[in-house]
Amino acid sequence: MARKLLLENINVPGIKSFDVYRANGGYRSVEKALKTMSPDDVMEEVKKSGLRGRGGAGFPTGMKWSFLDRKSDKPRYLVCNADESEPGTFKDRFLMEYIPHILIEGLIVSSYSLGSNSTYIYIRGEYRWIVDILENAIAEAKHNGFLGKNILGSGYDLEIYVQPGGGAYICGEETALIESLEGKRGNPRMKPPFPAISGLYNCPTVVNNVETLATVVPIINMGGDEYAKIGVGRSTGTKLISACGHMNKPGVYEIELGLPVDEFLNSDEYCGGIRAGHTLKAVVPGGSSVPILPAELFYKTKEGVARLMSYESLSEGGFASGSMLGSGGFIAMDETTCIVRNLWNFTRFYHHESCGQCSPCREGTGWMEKVLHRLEHGHGSMSDIDLLVDIAKKIEGNTICPLGDAAAWPVASHIRHFREEFEYHVKFPEKVAHSPFAHSADYKRELNTVLQ
Amino acid sequence: MIKVTIDGVETEVEPGTTILNAARQIGGDLVPPAMCYYSKLKGSGGKCRTCLVKVAAGSAKDPRPMPKLVASCSTPVQDGMVVQNITSPEVLEARKGVVEFLLINHPLDCPICDQAGECHLQDLAFEHGSAKTRYEEERRSFDKIDIGSKIQLHMTRCILCYRCVFTANQITNERVHGVLNRGDAAEIGTYIENVIENDFSGNVIDVCPVGALTDKTFRFKSRVWFVKPMYAHRNCDKCCGKTTIWMKGDEVFRVTGRKDQYGEVEDFICNDCRFEKKLTSDWTVEGPAPIQKNSVQAQNKYLQGIKVDAPKNIGYGNISDR
Repeated sequence: MARKLLLENINVPGIKSFDVYRANGGYRSVEKALKTMSPDDVMEEVKKSGLRGRGGAGFPTGMKWSFLDRKSDKPRYLVCNADESEPGTFKDRFLMEYIPHILIEGLIVSSYSLGSNSTYIYIRGEYRWIVDILENAIAEAKHNGFLGKNILGSGYDLEIYVQPGGGAYICGEETALIESLEGKRGNPRMKPPFPAISGLYNCPTVVNNVETLATVVPIINMGGDEYAKIGVGRSTGTKLISACGHMNKPGVYEIELGLPVDEFLNSDEYCGGIRAGHTLKAVVPGGSSVPILPAELFYKTKEGVARLMSYESLSEGGFASGSMLGSGGFIAMDETTCIVRNLWNFTRFYHHESCGQCSPCREGTGWMEKVLHRLEHGHGSMSDIDLLVDIAKKIEGNTICPLGDAAAWPVASHIRHFREEFEYHVKFPEKVAHSPFAHSADYKRELNTVLQ
Repeated sequence: MIKVTIDGVETEVEPGTTILNAARQIGGDLVPPAMCYYSKLKGSGGKCRTCLVKVAAGSAKDPRPMPKLVASCSTPVQDGMVVQNITSPEVLEARKGVVEFLLINHPLDCPICDQAGECHLQDLAFEHGSAKTRYEEERRSFDKIDIGSKIQLHMTRCILCYRCVFTANQITNERVHGVLNRGDAAEIGTYIENVIENDFSGNVIDVCPVGALTDKTFRFKSRVWFVKPMYAHRNCDKCCGKTTIWMKGDEVFRVTGRKDQYGEVEDFICNDCRFEKKLTSDWTVEGPAPIQKNSVQAQNKYLQGIKVDAPKNIGYGNISDR
């Protein structure tokens, strides 16, 4: 069995409650940090651990913390980004639902290091029941003296608040999240200034993913150096992967970074292979916004090196033949999957979730969806395929926030790797309509309009 | 003062100046177009993405180029920054893309639009757009709404620059309109049919870069190139009273703020001046207002004798696309 750090005690009955969690070694890191370490020591440990943001971008957490403006006399805030909305990603939900105290513990230690006296958990509105779980956990922690005034006699005060969002993907972008948390429309802000200088209520703010903050707990418990020994290269530690799709055992798995992808997908310990009688067609390794990889490029890079589950290995080959680890939303598709339909589905999501602030994303995502809708329903033409590539190119990099990129990458990569399938849709609409995997509407019927 | 080079032209600007304003200090063709930025409105800009430029060198200290194109209206210059605007094919390509995006859901109803002739989107499409559209789907459309007795909102033409929202926020004491919904369903609205009643509400017409907010006292009265803009003033206890009045013969057709060469008003004017004072006797006329060289208004006969630079590539779209 591989090493588990976050999900070590996940199967202990009653781990949701404070008492069981505490009896299994919970809140040790709070005692260690508040009693024996200074805030800067905690940050040093996180830096040494090489922990990288688990929300998708993979930015080193210690470095992010060190950017926080500690000199200003304004209050500092830590915000936990629990607005997990990427299609294919459900790891934070699992963590918060089944072992909420590890997040609270991580938040206390991180807030202590960053000097935040009020810390917010911004959780997506659809996770309504988890709000109750978290609030219950906060109340328990407070009752036991781990939150509130003068925690463990250290003179440090902390309150944690849970704020549900209204259900918008864009609020997972850190500046849109801050806007939403302030009670405004969730539009991403122009950067600079970065949140580390001027974030929530114009105060220095750090926004981190749930898993990132929970990982601070094992880092403090075992020491940053020890944590950095796990993993491979600059991808240190363990990562939660939410695996879904045509596999035998979908679910949330904690892996040591550097695990071979073949082992992850096909061993019984993890996903248990593709469902019987089928073969792997493509994999989206990090949530819907990362480029798709066909099976042969997923197992091995273009140079023939076996891929590992790590930030570097999955992005080997750049956008031409690689992908990204992203947020760990691992989607496997077998040969029955229609790539065009899959892409249409992804694009539909980004069209629906674009905030509408900047023009390339507002107009481009809708346009791409309409063209794909046409293609999937057998009304496309060959020029539509090049049109899609061109629209994606014109969105990418030209928007305020990364949502434009996230919408453009799947389109570019799906067409790059599966162009013949798009052409097949154009050439043989009647075959596509009757193929076993197409739920296509009758191609002869007039196309219904895509709703705004 | 810090040094910045834009398209090979070096200039010195105050620290904190944005790239766009530095370019405007140089002037000429290298000024990026701006559809949403408005220098009089705090916080505006960054949304339309037409002013994207390439930063070839970040600063003298750190001469690395910036990885993406940046919005020049919201990026402050650094000492030693090297910016490429019209000299970068990448920028022109991206701008062409943005113009295409702005136009796919625009009705292109210029022949019946009151803004035609002074429309920023028209100018932008003329410079950077292509003659043909690749968009086959149905365009977004909305019903016209009257917001107050003097202003009409025609959302179909809106490009969501947010300028009118900033105007209402910053120069009136309460804002009753804003952006509803999201993505390409986003619209300017008052949520529940509401009337924008405020002494300065008429300024949303002046800041609107397209024909989405129009003056109902002027609608369908005349094309802008048939009326003659004159600087005029009157004593007004609410605003500065300095305006441009648009006349045909001795008749005042409409009143607007005084706009500079980037289409930005010098000073916001009140609704009294804008909507109520439509008699020549209300105004002291100062003389003809300057007209931008590219403006269709410059084609008008009355300008004979005044030197006007001829607009470039007259015709339908770019020559290369024909």
